[in-house]
Amino acid sequence: MSEVTATASNDRGFFGEGNYPGIFGWIFSTDHKRIGLLYFWSVTIFFCVGVLLGLLLRLELFAPGETIMSAQSYNATFTLHGVIMIFLFIIPGIPAAFGNMIMPIQIGARDVSFPKLNLFSWYLYITGAVLAVTSLFTGGGPPDTGWTFYVPFSAQTSTNVSLAAIAVFILGFSSILTGLNFVTTIHRLRTKGMTWMRIPLFTWSLYATAWIQILATPVIGITVALLFAERVLGTGLFDPSQGGDPIMFQHLFWIYSHPAVYIMVLPGMGVISDIIPVFSRKPAFGYKAIVVSSIAIAFAGSLVWAHHMYTSGMSDMAVMIFSFLTFIVAIPSAIKVFNWLATMYQGSILLDPPLLYALSFILLFTIGGLTGLVLGAAAADVHVHDTYFVVGHFHFVMFGGTGMAFFAAMHYWLPKIYGRMYDKTVATVAWGVIMIGFLILYISMKVVGMQGMPRRYYDYVPEFTGLNQLATVGSWILAVGLILMFVNIFRGIFKGDPVEANPWGGACLEWQIPSPPPTENFGEEDPVVTHGPYDFKKAGIL
Amino acid sequence: MSDHVHKDYTGAKFGMWLFLFTEVLLFGGLFLLYAVYLARYPQEFISAGKELNVWFGGGNTMVLLTSSLFVAISITALRRGAKRLCLGLLSGTIACAVIFMINKYFEWSAKIHHGIYPGSAHLKEMQPGEMVFFNLYYLTTGLHGLHVIIGALLLVWAMFLIKSDRVNADDFVILENAGLYWHLVDLIWIFVFPLYYLILH
Amino acid sequence: MSEEHAHIVPYKTFAIVWIGLLILTGITITVAQYDFGAWNVWVALGIAVIKSGLVVAVFMHMKYESRLFKLSLFAALLILAVFIGLNFFDVLYR
Repeated sequence: MSEVTATASNDRGFFGEGNYPGIFGWIFSTDHKRIGLLYFWSVTIFFCVGVLLGLLLRLELFAPGETIMSAQSYNATFTLHGVIMIFLFIIPGIPAAFGNMIMPIQIGARDVSFPKLNLFSWYLYITGAVLAVTSLFTGGGPPDTGWTFYVPFSAQTSTNVSLAAIAVFILGFSSILTGLNFVTTIHRLRTKGMTWMRIPLFTWSLYATAWIQILATPVIGITVALLFAERVLGTGLFDPSQGGDPIMFQHLFWIYSHPAVYIMVLPGMGVISDIIPVFSRKPAFGYKAIVVSSIAIAFAGSLVWAHHMYTSGMSDMAVMIFSFLTFIVAIPSAIKVFNWLATMYQGSILLDPPLLYALSFILLFTIGGLTGLVLGAAAADVHVHDTYFVVGHFHFVMFGGTGMAFFAAMHYWLPKIYGRMYDKTVATVAWGVIMIGFLILYISMKVVGMQGMPRRYYDYVPEFTGLNQLATVGSWILAVGLILMFVNIFRGIFKGDPVEANPWGGACLEWQIPSPPPTENFGEEDPVVTHGPYDFKKAGIL
Repeated sequence: MSDHVHKDYTGAKFGMWLFLFTEVLLFGGLFLLYAVYLARYPQEFISAGKELNVWFGGGNTMVLLTSSLFVAISITALRRGAKRLCLGLLSGTIACAVIFMINKYFEWSAKIHHGIYPGSAHLKEMQPGEMVFFNLYYLTTGLHGLHVIIGALLLVWAMFLIKSDRVNADDFVILENAGLYWHLVDLIWIFVFPLYYLILH
Repeated sequence: MSEEHAHIVPYKTFAIVWIGLLILTGITITVAQYDFGAWNVWVALGIAVIKSGLVVAVFMHMKYESRLFKLSLFAALLILAVFIGLNFFDVLYR
């Protein structure tokens, strides 16, 4: 054991000499681990910006009437909050950051199939991000449409929606190339013995996600391209005065954006599926069921987009059909939750920080998912559509789901990547604070939504003041927890104690190489896999 | 696999196919709108479709099919070691792309000359369904034309690599992938042509 | 490099397919002169599907590829059909 520790602290692994000096060794690197870290730091920065904007929104809603910003600024702020969180944080968050860092190692590969394309994806991501930020300060000012860019308003507003549309197109392209790379990698570069049924569940979830990225993302590309054409060239395909149909914009938008919900959450589910067995010291219960449910979610998630449109004026027949289809998606999601719980049952549970975040994923995602059923049922949705109930719901699934999974992945894999450990006690305290803040903030939103407060207004009637103030206080607690967590983990990965190869006792391939991993991941010989990803007995952990 | 110049021929081709799927889905959005608006405005689509010239569309179909043939044969030629034939065929493909774009230029010019283009006063006097038809026509053929240009540039790049023997009889996946992209351009046109030019003549 | 390259398709096969494609183009122009009512667009699409099938199978070598390629293509087309098809629950019943 001491030998491993010594090599871990002396050998800087892939952090050593790059192909180019200094920062160029990173931004010109085609090493999947370096690209993964580029993504990690980019998405983390944008996450922090998004959180700041969210805090401003909550502050404005602290009291009725204008509190700190005008209605127009509020519209621009929630649009920016949405665009940053969706396109710059959640969608690339887990797949592009942790997927790049971990997935090739998990299947025993030295890199992804197309390393240069991988770097190019990151360039596209940064280009899209720069354009999105530029759209705030150029043209007619920051877009005020919400992240959904619904016509007719988005086609008519004088704010700089055109540039934001280009940014979304480029970000979509980046996402497509990552997906394409991952599917090819998982098909082509699995090492000897890495059969399909030995692939770790995180990689399986990335595989399902990558297919959605490939098949659904082009549709948002053409949608924002058409929006751009409508604004710039006057091709009024969604303009009723030219025979167009604005509801078709919503269809096209959600044909991507609903599957995108699964681009966001499936990798998170994969993280949880990897973490739960390790900290329960038990093989994943129902491995095959989890695999099949990932694929099923990817497919069924493509059939339900119009459940965002019950009140849009589409036909009643469509409302009924899509409401019915929506309930089908709940089945594979529930299968996963049951399997996680069954994995933990009678396991010897280690309450380390990664597991704590994973447990909050299960709790919060389940609450979010169940309130999703309220919204999926057409009759109930009509009453709470476009209220704060919806805002509460998607923050539960997106932040409580994907966000928590991102934090879990940070606490689980960053010690591996950096070879250093954070302070587990502080991480646990931070987790507690985050949970308290989270629940106060978003449960208040759900309640005030049930009482009828609409979303996307900077003002509200005085009856809602109490719950709004509670939510805002919750946002402060949440922010304190997040600061504590980030400071602790960043302090840990730069200054913490060195860790050995396998700090958590995992049985997947990434735990069998030094921390941090060497540039080539594996030595001269490719690894040969002889057991499943959660077979702790054969891996010699138990 | 321990050598660093590991080349995965099948993987490269598979990646290209995945990319082609994204292109299919990109155009799919436009075909989706076509389908929906055709169901809503069947009569107007027929009357507007009559404005389009079958001979421009049909001629361009022949040009693209022939260009696809050239690309397909060029790969066989390269693999049989006939480098000059391969380069000649690819030049033929580029020539077809140029002819296609010239055709398109005259076709669009004629339309624009008649005052039919997005946002024009003449277009706005037409029936709603006709406006949708022409807006869709310009967007679809415009996006397709863009792909013709990209595809031709890819083939020019492949030609340079063949000339310098970096793409050769043993390592030809770049030509094959550029060719796949070119065939996709052809495929899209196979659907655009009947849907826009032939809708009940 | 242990993997076999896909087999070389002879010039003649390509030429035959090309002639077939030209004939089908002629057919699709010819049948467009006749009115089949609501079936017009389906006849046109049917011929286009045959043509694109030929291009995909022979020009694009799909006929000689592994099952993975074929299944993936099927998945992509299925999803496209779903995206277009499910819209008609809205469009036809509004």
